[in-house]
Amino acid sequence: MLQVKQVAKAFSGFQAIARANLTVTKGQVTAVIGPNGAGKSTLFNLITGHLRPDKGQILFKGEEIGGLPPHAICRKGVARSFQLINIFPQLNTFENVQVAVLARYRQSNKLFTPARKLVVEETNEVLNKLDLYPYRERLCNALSYGDQKVLELAIALGNQPEILLLDEPTAGMSPEETRTIVKLIKNLVQNEGLTILLTEHDMDLVFDVAERLMVLHQGQTIAEGPPDEVRRDKAVQNAYLGETG
Amino acid sequence: MKFRSIIPFIVLAVLLALPPVLPRYYLYLLASIFVTALLATSLNFILGFGGLLQLHHAVFFGVGAYTFSILLYKTSVPFVVALMAAPVAAAVIAVLIGWFCVRLRGLYFGMLTLALGQLVWAIIYRWSALTGGDDGLHGIPLPESLSSLKAAYYLTLAVLTVCMAILYLILKSPFGLTLMAIRDNPVRSESVGINIRRHRLAAFVISGLFAGIAGVLFVIVEKSVSPSILSWGESAEIMIMCLLGGLTAFYGPALGAGIIVFLSMKVGTYTEYWMLVLGITLLILVLVLPQGILGFVQDKLFKGRAVSKEGWGANASG
Repeated sequence: MLQVKQVAKAFSGFQAIARANLTVTKGQVTAVIGPNGAGKSTLFNLITGHLRPDKGQILFKGEEIGGLPPHAICRKGVARSFQLINIFPQLNTFENVQVAVLARYRQSNKLFTPARKLVVEETNEVLNKLDLYPYRERLCNALSYGDQKVLELAIALGNQPEILLLDEPTAGMSPEETRTIVKLIKNLVQNEGLTILLTEHDMDLVFDVAERLMVLHQGQTIAEGPPDEVRRDKAVQNAYLGETG
Repeated sequence: MKFRSIIPFIVLAVLLALPPVLPRYYLYLLASIFVTALLATSLNFILGFGGLLQLHHAVFFGVGAYTFSILLYKTSVPFVVALMAAPVAAAVIAVLIGWFCVRLRGLYFGMLTLALGQLVWAIIYRWSALTGGDDGLHGIPLPESLSSLKAAYYLTLAVLTVCMAILYLILKSPFGLTLMAIRDNPVRSESVGINIRRHRLAAFVISGLFAGIAGVLFVIVEKSVSPSILSWGESAEIMIMCLLGGLTAFYGPALGAGIIVFLSMKVGTYTEYWMLVLGITLLILVLVLPQGILGFVQDKLFKGRAVSKEGWGANASG
């Protein structure tokens, strides 16, 4: 579904991504792992159009998307959440998700219909799915950190993507909140047939949910395949897993 | 219906009832306030709700006023055509300026609005044959029915009411919600599929269009134009009105316009140091009421939306 081929990206001389390769299969959870600074977030930003690749190809459903602006890539069915909380702080929970749903239905430009009457059901459905419905009227600044991370996910789901990119979905979360997120991810894949690409530091989580791994080290893909195979890979053990035992 | 939502209607009713009992001077003062209130509200559409640092909004006001005046003064086009052409001209200039500006962010956006705006000012200032140069144009011929002050009062009030209603509707629409989302978080907005440049440009043009309408009203009240109405200083004054009333409150800029216009006319009769009074007002405002008068009232009395304490700067990064 998503293919990254020999992609490279440099920032004023620093080669953040040198040779990244990645294949994401429909309906699977794929995880990109690697030490800090390996280029995971850069890779995500390249896929979602926040950065433009210097070299290589990024194909989504066989179509080149590398270098397109973020909103165009999103409209093709690629949505993402962010590592740091990245929501609309002065809107309430409902509106946060509604903005994404409106964009999906191409209604963001409607001038004279009151917004509160549009895409209400679709928005509530997303909120219900993630148990955010009780907080719908709440200004999202007033949500707990964990709930804000879930809202982060809800905004991405508001786009009803075909593939969802999650950048460290459990960063900074308590063990209990992490369990909630894991349950949500599994639920989305099994019941909604969503394809997920994620990065994560928590190895237990990665081996729990991911069906395929890609290991990034100093901007290069050093291994790719099913978790067990990757775990046995010598280069991977040296570069990364070795550090944590 | 909550008390809060009735207030604008009460204000409107009072304003409608005032002319028979008010001296001419105050009628003129109020009509001037209506014109300025529309101008300030149109600025706040992109400043407060769009998070764009528009530093030279008076340009669209001036273009509207000049287009209207020149058409009436130098050509024989029907009045209605001049009336329609002025806001359109302002919107066209807004497309031209906005097309360049929306490519930039934060302060750079602001500096470019200022630079391009000054260019428009310079053209109007220098093109004496058409615009009357520094002197401007005086004695603009208006239809008989509009030449009395009372008629101008009612017309400006009516147009202000309609325009405010339209702007309010737009802010409550998906367009408005999306505009505020872009203000809050441009990066995230792009990621949910919003073309933020196009959206900002559209907002920029809408705001310019309404400033152009205000320009027409200005000519109807004053029957003259001069380059000072689109000077840099004028733009700064409009921005101060927005800050004074409150960027996050819909009626804030109109209130700010009322206060500033009233003070400038009143203080102007006692001293020539109006700017000094304005400066002190601004100082008190920034120190005591950073969220503006209505922003403060919303916060304390109505427990409305929590206003960002960081104020505008928090959104400026976009």
